[in-house]
Amino acid sequence: MADLIATTPFAGLLPLTRGETTATEIVFDAITSVAPYSGREKAVSKALAARTGAAFPEPNRTTGKADARAVWSGIGQAFVLGPRLEPIDGAAMTDQTDAWACLALEGPAARDVLARLTPLDLRPEVFEIGHAARTLLGHMACVLMRTDADRYGLMVFRSMASTCAHEIDTAMEGIAARARLG
Amino acid sequence: MRVDGYGRIDRGREIRFSFDGKGFRGHPGDTLASALLANGVTLMGRSFKYHRPRGPLTAGPEEPNALVEIGTGASRTPNTRATVQEIHEGLVATSQNRLGPLDMDLMAVNDLLHPFLGAGFYYKTFMWPRAFWEKLYEPVIRRAAGLGRLSGEHDTGRYEKAFAFCDLLVIGAGPAGLMAALTAARGGLDVILADETAEPGGRLLSESEKIDGAPASDWVAATLVELRDAGVRIMPRTTVTGAYDGGVYGALERVGLHLPEAPDMPRECFWRITAQRAILAAGALERPIAFPMNDRPGIMMASAVRTYLHRYGVAPGQKVALFATNDDAHRTATDLIAAGIDVAAVVDPREDVTTAGEYRLIRGEIVDTAGRRALREITVRANGGETRIEADCLAVSGGWNPNVHLTCHLGARPVWNDRLEAFLPAKGAVPGLIPAGAAAGQYTTAACLSSGRDAAIDALSQLGRKAPKLAIPVADDRAGTSRALWQVTGHGRAWLDFANDVTTKDVKLAAAENYASVEHMKRYTTQGMAPDQGKNSNISALAVLADATGRTIAETGTTTYRPPFTPVSLGAIGAGARGKGFAPERLTTSHDASLDRGAPIVATGLWYRPSYFPRSGETTWREACDREVGMVRTCVGVADVSTLGKIDIQGKDAAAFLDFVYTNTFSTLKPGRVRYGLMLREDGHVMDDGTTACLAENHYLMTTTTAAAGQVMAHLDFVSQCLRPDLDVRFISVTEQWAQFAVAGPQAAALIGTVLDDAPELPFMGCAAVSVMGVPGRLFRISFSGEEGYEIAVPARYGAGLFRDLVGRAETMGGGAYGMEALNVLRIEKGFITHAEIDGRVTAGDLGMGKMVSAKKDCIGKTASERPGLADPARPALVGLRPANGNDPIPAGAHLYDEGDAPTRVNKKGHVTSTCYSATLKTHMALAFLVNGHDRLGERVRVKDHLRGADLICEITDPVVFDPDGGRMRG
Repeated sequence: MADLIATTPFAGLLPLTRGETTATEIVFDAITSVAPYSGREKAVSKALAARTGAAFPEPNRTTGKADARAVWSGIGQAFVLGPRLEPIDGAAMTDQTDAWACLALEGPAARDVLARLTPLDLRPEVFEIGHAARTLLGHMACVLMRTDADRYGLMVFRSMASTCAHEIDTAMEGIAARARLG
Repeated sequence: MRVDGYGRIDRGREIRFSFDGKGFRGHPGDTLASALLANGVTLMGRSFKYHRPRGPLTAGPEEPNALVEIGTGASRTPNTRATVQEIHEGLVATSQNRLGPLDMDLMAVNDLLHPFLGAGFYYKTFMWPRAFWEKLYEPVIRRAAGLGRLSGEHDTGRYEKAFAFCDLLVIGAGPAGLMAALTAARGGLDVILADETAEPGGRLLSESEKIDGAPASDWVAATLVELRDAGVRIMPRTTVTGAYDGGVYGALERVGLHLPEAPDMPRECFWRITAQRAILAAGALERPIAFPMNDRPGIMMASAVRTYLHRYGVAPGQKVALFATNDDAHRTATDLIAAGIDVAAVVDPREDVTTAGEYRLIRGEIVDTAGRRALREITVRANGGETRIEADCLAVSGGWNPNVHLTCHLGARPVWNDRLEAFLPAKGAVPGLIPAGAAAGQYTTAACLSSGRDAAIDALSQLGRKAPKLAIPVADDRAGTSRALWQVTGHGRAWLDFANDVTTKDVKLAAAENYASVEHMKRYTTQGMAPDQGKNSNISALAVLADATGRTIAETGTTTYRPPFTPVSLGAIGAGARGKGFAPERLTTSHDASLDRGAPIVATGLWYRPSYFPRSGETTWREACDREVGMVRTCVGVADVSTLGKIDIQGKDAAAFLDFVYTNTFSTLKPGRVRYGLMLREDGHVMDDGTTACLAENHYLMTTTTAAAGQVMAHLDFVSQCLRPDLDVRFISVTEQWAQFAVAGPQAAALIGTVLDDAPELPFMGCAAVSVMGVPGRLFRISFSGEEGYEIAVPARYGAGLFRDLVGRAETMGGGAYGMEALNVLRIEKGFITHAEIDGRVTAGDLGMGKMVSAKKDCIGKTASERPGLADPARPALVGLRPANGNDPIPAGAHLYDEGDAPTRVNKKGHVTSTCYSATLKTHMALAFLVNGHDRLGERVRVKDHLRGADLICEITDPVVFDPDGGRMRG
């Protein structure tokens, strides 16, 4: 029997570079939603930290590092990005690996690109490294996280990958054009 | 005419542009108005109603006269202020509102008719015959009175919108704004400084002033350097257009409008700036005087004359007169004399006025002017006599009106100040917005500087910061005296609103006809309703109205100030939303495969789904649809159903949760089984339907309709967080995680078997975890077609591959892919509902599903659904329809009437919700809601479509027409 062909959400759409900004697809081995049941929050966080190095994040925060990061994704819910997770006692978990189109936006003007798409205050001292938000990217719901000084992680619905790439490209083009103004 | 040694333009470089087809040259730093004036062109437009020749009145954004069209083709932009538009290489500007050349406008005949064209003339003149209004009068009036032309094409220019945040937004970069920004920056605030001109500095660059003993421009330059070094975000060419709740300000940035067009360069950017505090340092606008025939080209504001001289190195005339009511304006004369320009006379009505330099001072008023296309002569009334004086430019100053606009955007009214004879911002008008400088009535440079500093210190202290030590530079502090002069009476019209051609006579007429409230006067005369929104005329007009009605100005009050402060193009407001930018596209994993097969794609909400899959030889959609229906009924079809909402529900109370949100019972559902469920809203109407599978103990997968996926998710969140927080349940959307395909038809099991590694024996309404060519997937035996049907799900990355594979295999078996059209026919034949039926107004009983509301338990909406109006058996009920005679289509949306009743609203008995041609039964058929429908099976009903004209008699059938006992799908 033939194998099923796998495609990534941004296949043929990313990477993109305009000026000093790049948008690159991130393909995680796994994305797992983790939602602790009532009264099990601490135990789940502990188990998560033990297995991945990333404790259960506070609202609007991430924990961990690039190879295993947990990002707050809603009330009592986090996404673990990176490692495949075995079931954790006391938590509802689902496989979200294929549900999200993930990308990194990087460069000194990445913040300016996002300012065209996201209504959040992204000033570096306000939206710090390790901060995250469920917010809008254009008209799309997204998960936004700041993973480094000039690097942002973005997650949108997989079905919206092409709109997402287009919107980011448009914003990047405008920023690159402005750079010519001096 | 250029004046040597003056101006901030770059004379080393030339820019070529055109106006009305004629080539001109200017310099970087020029506006269109300054460049044209430098070339001796003063006639730049025709007035709105009388088509009188007009030149620029101002040198700024308040310009009412010099409105032009910029650009050609799709990017042509009308009503552009020549005083704001910077010139660039290749700029094409065209005058507007004329018939024939600008200097020979044929519509100028209107000016001769002016006695008949006063305020409200069309209300009075064009009363009869009534039918002529729309057909004749209005089009003619619109043709004669108007502004620039739209291109009529889509604007393909690029626009941006963006968000910015700061501690302090400083609006305006004149002396007050610069000082405020400097103080705030030194105090450690994160500051945005927005200024509408290309070069910040405000009037400091438009006057010959000294700060700390050096030219003011030196201080501006040094301050800007310090601000940049301190990290202040300086936004030139940015007009703050509105104040909104929560410290949010709208601002329009002209990004690329001063450059030749480039496809990737945004023309404008609309900013939403959120600021903890803001300082309004927007300055003041000089107030015109309504004297007879005050609208000729060459008559402009005194401050504009100085701006043209000092910023652009342009003398707007060779022989300049000044008509002023305040000491401050006299420097216009001294500045011009210093530049070597002839000053014909200075006319000032104040008896105690003295000269400030070597010029002829006349204590009097201007009562007339002459000059056909440009000012030639003024007539001065003084000492009881009249004198004519030659002049090609007249500078006018009636004092100043502080720019209070933004302080009024949240509903506050400005407060009249008797001493300044001006409206000032009301205290606390906009929370967090602190007026400073001329906008707060501080008119001298020294006062502006200290007012800017004080405002910043105020902001710093409100934000809990310490005020920095900062000396106020030494600047001019001579306030002088002034006296308001609103109008000069005499023969001839005296314009108040140049942009809409409203004169003092019109305002008096409005008062005489009892449009005495300032809001009524505005609407009756159209004063203040032009693109300049009355910036030059509002205060003067209400002063004239106050005089005409015997009230004070304070009593008369202002009209309502609304955003935006200056015009904002719709392109900027809607930036990014043109075409596909309007909404995100959700594409299924099978999208490309559908396109490859030539399937037309239809939008269903945000999703894009294939309508049908045409094959060679098929010429209409119906042929393809009929074939696809037949394929499913006789062989096998494959359809992408990934768009249906999928919600993973887990927890020890998951079953109780489902019992609470569904009308029927799910706690009895065993692992490996699927059940159809109905969900009500709290008001008792049906919200959604779908199947829920029990994947394992305490683990369910709920399926919603495509249309209500978001609504159901929000509903579950509400129920869990607000109604039943006691239930320990967790749920999350997995819609995007799984690509899911319906495989339906007598050969469905055979096809499914070829892609599964170990096909399970599934009973109808069974489910199982499966391995799909080595990939972990899920299989559900459910049917929306009435055939033996399966839905097979794999992680989305494999969706594209599995769809191509399944369709390929189906085709070799004699089947293939089917689209939305066939899917719809298949479900109508079976009487299955969609949101065409559950449109938010129907109950379970209406659908014939009353028994699905379990009597043994409570659920959301149950009690409300038992209200008499919702439980009434005579409510319209779901039925099937088919043509009684012939085989005409039954239009969806048509209304139902009893035979013999007139097809009118009061006789309506129901409506058609879904319709199709049943390829299986070779007849048109429909689903409909009909009063007492359940009791009328076999009877006839009249179907009338008032919109499309169809009118036919239908037989009433059970909604389930095909295979009513369901034997085919149970297998």
